Amino acid sequence: MNHSNHVVSTAITAESIADSSVVAPEAVAQYALGLGDDALVLAHRLGEWIANAPELEEDVALGNIGLDLLGHARSLLTYAGTAWGQSEDDLAYFRGEPEFRSRQLFEQPGGDFAATIARQLIASVYFAELYRALSLSTDPTLAAIAAKAVKEVDYHVDHSVQWLRRLGLGTDLSHERMQRGLDLMWPFVGELFQPDPFATDLDGIAVDPERLRLAFDSLVPRLIVDAGLTVPTMAAAQGGGRIGRHSEALGPMLAEMQVLARAHPGATW
Amino acid sequence: MAAPAKTTVDDASSEGTADQRREFDRLIEADMRVEPRDWMPEAYRKTLIRQISQHAHSEIIGMQPEGNWITRAPSLKRKAILMAKVQDEAGHGLYLYSAAQTLGIDRETMFEQLITGAAKYSSIFNYTTPTWADMGSIGWLVDGAAICNQVPLCRASYGPYGRAMTRICKEESFHQRQGFEILLELMRGTDAQKAMAQESVNRWYAPALMMFGPPDEDSPNSQRSMAWKIKRFSNDDLRQRFVDMLVPQAEVLGITLPDPDLKWNEERGHYDFGPLNWDEFYEVLSGRGQANAVRVARRKQAHENGAWVREASRVYADREAAERETTQRMAS
Repeated sequence: MNHSNHVVSTAITAESIADSSVVAPEAVAQYALGLGDDALVLAHRLGEWIANAPELEEDVALGNIGLDLLGHARSLLTYAGTAWGQSEDDLAYFRGEPEFRSRQLFEQPGGDFAATIARQLIASVYFAELYRALSLSTDPTLAAIAAKAVKEVDYHVDHSVQWLRRLGLGTDLSHERMQRGLDLMWPFVGELFQPDPFATDLDGIAVDPERLRLAFDSLVPRLIVDAGLTVPTMAAAQGGGRIGRHSEALGPMLAEMQVLARAHPGATW
Repeated sequence: MAAPAKTTVDDASSEGTADQRREFDRLIEADMRVEPRDWMPEAYRKTLIRQISQHAHSEIIGMQPEGNWITRAPSLKRKAILMAKVQDEAGHGLYLYSAAQTLGIDRETMFEQLITGAAKYSSIFNYTTPTWADMGSIGWLVDGAAICNQVPLCRASYGPYGRAMTRICKEESFHQRQGFEILLELMRGTDAQKAMAQESVNRWYAPALMMFGPPDEDSPNSQRSMAWKIKRFSNDDLRQRFVDMLVPQAEVLGITLPDPDLKWNEERGHYDFGPLNWDEFYEVLSGRGQANAVRVARRKQAHENGAWVREASRVYADREAAERETTQRMAS
């Protein structure tokens, strides 16, 4: 393996990875690609809120969370791309929908503000557990990306929990909408903890998602109940994002995201 | 915090006492800052509320033409920069609304004025952004003009405004460099990218020059604002300064500024430039721009869609406060 210590020791960014001589081993790259897609797709979804949020403070907050996630995505995709001589943009803009590996929760449209908070609560708790575990990875680049990310996603959890409480305990209308948001997103919880087909042979490097379920289950239902809401009971959707099976929402999202880059293949921006 | 000036000026005499008027004049004369607790003439307060809230509205409406490209930014780096920039604009809106609030108006009232069309915002944001290059032009030309306008405002006589502007200007100059960099990258790119950049600058150049407002002889409010040291330079002076700054930057970009009369005047030590189409300016100002109705409608919709969230927030905060009070009472 060819890891430069520089990448590991300082605050890691897509640029610092691209400028280093680090090359991801094939299996690690395949794994990082899925994680990168999750972060990218949710970052894009949060970007849709900017200028549309219920308060200016939330334009700023949702923008911040989106920017953090975009930073994680850029690092993970840049790292994955080192295995194949591809840039973050090659991977983000020039793969088709079936080649994307994002799990379906992240693809879901934001809906109303409550649905966005429900999606973000589930995502942030999942990311917090994932990155905490991944920061102990024996792959130093993954560990460095995760160590940086975990500090950021802890704030994201806090943001979602505060809104969960405000909406759950606020007015009758906000309570109803928050419950509806949770119900809408809940079927996509299960997939997050299904085995990752690209993590199976990476002992000590990748995180087995099933390991994260316990922490999620011991936290999120309690938060929901504390906010005066009901833990949804609907069945988990089939999932399959990691193997290219996506919800109907991803295609239109990618069409929009990729349209300009694809109109000018080979151009730099 | 001291009570806002409103309580003073709404008292029997908005004219103030002779001492109050003298003290105000002394602060202005000595280039010192007027603070919220100080007495100020009602017209000064109104002028500031109008100007600061218009500026805040411009930041908020200005999020739309750029927000238009967040989901389509052609690289992840550009997507990140653009998201951060639009987010900065929301932050600028927040500082400015806060500065205006120190003059005795609340944010909800200002929002109402914006979405009912009672308050104005910079007309430049009624132009549309059909191409990615417009992200470059807005940064380079629109933010560039904004900086020329705003740097002198960092010294505005009203303290909260001047301090808000100091922070805003730092971020704006960063935005201008980012816009320049977008255009530079396009001008170094493919023929299609170069054409995209030039076409965009062709559209934004004159509207950006008109951002400084009408020629001095047609700008009645300017004189008084200059006397009060809210405004420090005339519209035409600032416009000249902007053109002088742009020309060498355009040369670096290899982009042509769309004005056949643009040439260096040795005698004046400035660039001469051709006449601007002020009819168009007044057209856009009066609501007949490309996107006036759309911009306001979109802001109105976001505000209305968020009403239930703000209401829930308020009810929750009130209840929490009441519970805290009860707990404290029982403890004591």
